Amino acid sequence: MNIVEKILARASGKSQVAPDDVVFAKVDKVMVHDVSGPGVIKVFDKLKNKGVDVSKLWDPTKVWVAEDHFVPSAEKISAENIVKLSNFTKNYGIEKHFKYGMGQYGICHTLSHEEALVMPGDVYVGGDSHTNTTGALGAFACGLGHTDIAYVLLNGQIWFKVPETDYFKLNGKLPDHVMAKDLILKIIGDIGTDGGNYRTMQFGGSGIDEMSVESRLTLCNMTTEAGAKNGIVEADQKVVDYLSSRGATNAKVFRGDDDAQYANVYEYEASEMEPLVAKPFSPENISVVREAPSVDLDKSYIGSCTGAKYEDLEAAAKILKGKTVKIRTEVLPASISIYKRAMENGLLSIFLDAGVTVGPPTCGACCGAHMGVLAKNEICISTTNRNFPGRMGHVESETYLSSPMVAAASAITGKITDPRDL
Amino acid sequence: MKGNVIKYERDNIDTDVIIPGQYLKVHDYAELATHAMEGLDPDFHSKVKEGDFILSGKNFGCGSSREHAPIALSHSGIKAVLALSFARIFYRNSVDGAFLLPIEIEEDAYNGISEGDEIDIDVSKNEIKNLTKNKTYKMKPFSEIIGKIIEAGGLFNYKP
Repeated sequence: MNIVEKILARASGKSQVAPDDVVFAKVDKVMVHDVSGPGVIKVFDKLKNKGVDVSKLWDPTKVWVAEDHFVPSAEKISAENIVKLSNFTKNYGIEKHFKYGMGQYGICHTLSHEEALVMPGDVYVGGDSHTNTTGALGAFACGLGHTDIAYVLLNGQIWFKVPETDYFKLNGKLPDHVMAKDLILKIIGDIGTDGGNYRTMQFGGSGIDEMSVESRLTLCNMTTEAGAKNGIVEADQKVVDYLSSRGATNAKVFRGDDDAQYANVYEYEASEMEPLVAKPFSPENISVVREAPSVDLDKSYIGSCTGAKYEDLEAAAKILKGKTVKIRTEVLPASISIYKRAMENGLLSIFLDAGVTVGPPTCGACCGAHMGVLAKNEICISTTNRNFPGRMGHVESETYLSSPMVAAASAITGKITDPRDL
Repeated sequence: MKGNVIKYERDNIDTDVIIPGQYLKVHDYAELATHAMEGLDPDFHSKVKEGDFILSGKNFGCGSSREHAPIALSHSGIKAVLALSFARIFYRNSVDGAFLLPIEIEEDAYNGISEGDEIDIDVSKNEIKNLTKNKTYKMKPFSEIIGKIIEAGGLFNYKP
């Protein structure tokens, strides 16, 4: 069995599973945030009205809660949702609630790895589509809606159809100025936004072995944009060390069997990769940066679970060091732990000296919610994950998706710019 | 199940246009319904009637996992979405939450059914009748688990 089949077999108490089997899998970790949490509370209210007992969760120690989409609250509905969420965690005895303004907090997917909340081999579900991110730690990490998460919170298990797995093999190390974001954009451009629908996208090969855990997180994060059920990288010593440095000393190397089967194998040569952008209005609408349209940008956004991990900020800072931005540029570290490291290592000074505004961790403008959304006709280059119409603000605004290096280089010139051409 | 069709002749209708991100903080189902399809069709609210169906192309409901999307459509009166294919989370949310039926169709139904046509969906026969044009098309049958969850009236009523 491959790694996903092994995880789902273990979690459903079977010795063997195969693609298309339907299993009820025991869940190891669950996450909700300030959008899915109130959604789940609404489902609980409906159940209560029907006489279902919702007084206790199956295991509050396996649940954690993030405040990310609408913090800091811009208006009263968002503020009230945070109060609802706080009452929920208090009433149900959930201790892991990462609160805005109280030490470590940040984007839910970022916390999953920064706080070592998910272990290799886990079944991890979250009330957010980019839950796929955490598959980079060797877990089966899958996004679900409010009803399904409510079901998991009460029953500790959920149904899955065992997915077919496509294997994406990267040969060799990515060249300088080419990031994991460029690779995943390339893959989405090749297979399309439904190319991974209902499937697992697994990454491996010498190029993935070479890659940092954070780069692997970027790959798994955007498997969502190909429609995948989950993205995954087998957990090697790098993952074990990464988790151990964050306090989780029980992580173990976890891989599929030697005779693991894959539905399709795609191979990529790292030496052929180049900086890319996804043009409006789809993540599959790919162009090489050097052939991208010569538009006048209004904004560069370096944020989100996809593009504001420590490594992403470090890459952007390398480009911005000693330069001045020509367009409105924002950096929003994805968690307080990343923010602090960026401060200690001088990255924040580099950003501020370049004229960048550094904001607090939030999903904010990535999902068009608040904190820097786009006006009509504005054009943004962004390290985020989606560029559908209206995604980052006005329905007639435009977003180009790129790596942090391309977003930083473009901030300096005001045009979509290959960092190698600066 | 009879109703009229609102047709969007395009692929990849994403949940950001079905219900834009600024409304994610809203959890009142009736209010969500007033913003359904706002990112794509500002006239949707004025034309949708109770019992209508949406017809669209491939990968309907892609993008964010927001359950707000099937909720907003269902509380606008939409009973089923007919599409060439669905994104997995939208499909799953529609069924597990018992908000609407996601019905996979073939090219003949997609091309043959027009905006405003009255159709009759018979899930037990996997059949869609176009009453306006007097034609019949096949729908793809639900998988076993999906059929059972639909029959139970959502995941919470389903006994594995």
